[in-house]
Amino acid sequence: MAQPKIRVLIAKPGLDGHDRGAKIIARALRDAGMEVIYTGLRQTPEMIAEAALQEDVDIVGLSILSGAHLTLVPRVMELLKQQGQQRVRVMLGGIIPDDDRPKLESMGVAGVFGPGTSTAAIVEAFSRAVEPQVLRATEG
Amino acid sequence: MSLVPPVLAGDRLALARLLTQLENETPEGLQDFSALYSRTGHAHRVGITGAPGTGKSALVNRLAMELRSQADPPQIGILAVDPSSPFTGGAILGDRIRMRDLSGDPGVFIRSMANRGALGGLARTSSNLVAALDAAGFGIIFIETVGSGQAEVDIATTAHTVVVLDAPGMGDSIQALKAGVLEIADIVVVNKSDLPGAKTTLAALRATLGLAPAARNRDSESAWTPPLLLTSATTGEGIPKLAGAIREHRRVLEQSGEWMIRERERVEQEVGRLLRERLAENFLRAQPDGLYEEALRKVLAREASPGTVVEQLVEGAVAAA
Repeated sequence: MAQPKIRVLIAKPGLDGHDRGAKIIARALRDAGMEVIYTGLRQTPEMIAEAALQEDVDIVGLSILSGAHLTLVPRVMELLKQQGQQRVRVMLGGIIPDDDRPKLESMGVAGVFGPGTSTAAIVEAFSRAVEPQVLRATEG
Repeated sequence: MSLVPPVLAGDRLALARLLTQLENETPEGLQDFSALYSRTGHAHRVGITGAPGTGKSALVNRLAMELRSQADPPQIGILAVDPSSPFTGGAILGDRIRMRDLSGDPGVFIRSMANRGALGGLARTSSNLVAALDAAGFGIIFIETVGSGQAEVDIATTAHTVVVLDAPGMGDSIQALKAGVLEIADIVVVNKSDLPGAKTTLAALRATLGLAPAARNRDSESAWTPPLLLTSATTGEGIPKLAGAIREHRRVLEQSGEWMIRERERVEQEVGRLLRERLAENFLRAQPDGLYEEALRKVLAREASPGTVVEQLVEGAVAAA
């Protein structure tokens, strides 16, 4: 039996065109041995949820710099839930005011990463978020 | 819990989970796969291969759109393989970026896959994932290989129809294609016809192909001559023609009996590989502790060649250290 890999979807919902951060994160996760599905710019929440389903990912990482996180994030989470994907962890990166963090966390966002976060910290948070799940998959 | 009933009922999440299980070769996944296997054999497996940057993903996107816009459209499965890092085992799977037009179509299912170190252009378990999509009712399955040039020809046994892509400005890729990948082509495509130089590439390929038909088709019963087509995934030029050629190839394969010959080749290769792996595994498990290590040590110390120690292992002639 092959060693299960952590599968991550990195997506940029909304209309801002800045994907450098998303690409850096994708690269760091790859270098940590994860399989990263990168979907590119301007994804709708529907596209993201559908890709997460087809790819059976463990984590969805959203990069939002437009300020629309309080609209986009709950929509993605609602769609994931509708599909029966409650087990999927959602992480958020970008320009997120501190005041919004508690709201996002109470929605179930597993991690919020602002500018200046080291890639090592992000990799660690991603690994920790899925550890119990990957172990469960191994045990069957 | 078995995923077979929901997969057969069209549950996409169950299918996605099964594909993960098969990729990880879990015992439950393989058990479900056995239960589903009798449902396979209906899909047309179409391989899309070519050098990196020739536009494989974009072409698959356009082709799938074309097929889905026709009357009585088939359900389309897409398996897109990208390379894993040989150092970390991680991967960036980026083929979906070019397939965004297919999002929201419930008749299309796209799955990205890392090759996890396999060298033939596909992953070890790709064929099983394709078979699972087949059992789930997808009528056409596109298998997009890792960008490849010369020897990545696993797709020849996995697919019924192999489409080989080239693009203008790839320089010596024509030379590279000559030896390996072009030989397995059932359809040759020069993509990016909207770019300058496409006609030159087409002419060069025509000259190469004109010297001798691809080896795979020369010896076959089907008398199929690989067509050479010009497409643009950007403008859509030539896409209906390519879709037509893929359909026509299936018809010719079925009529000539070549379909069954290719199925047999694939089955023979899959069963043979599993048998070899299983025998080697059983053999090693039955060896006393340390014997295999001792054999490796002998080769490292240049006391014996790899061939000799294998011979000795099989003959039971390696003494435990």
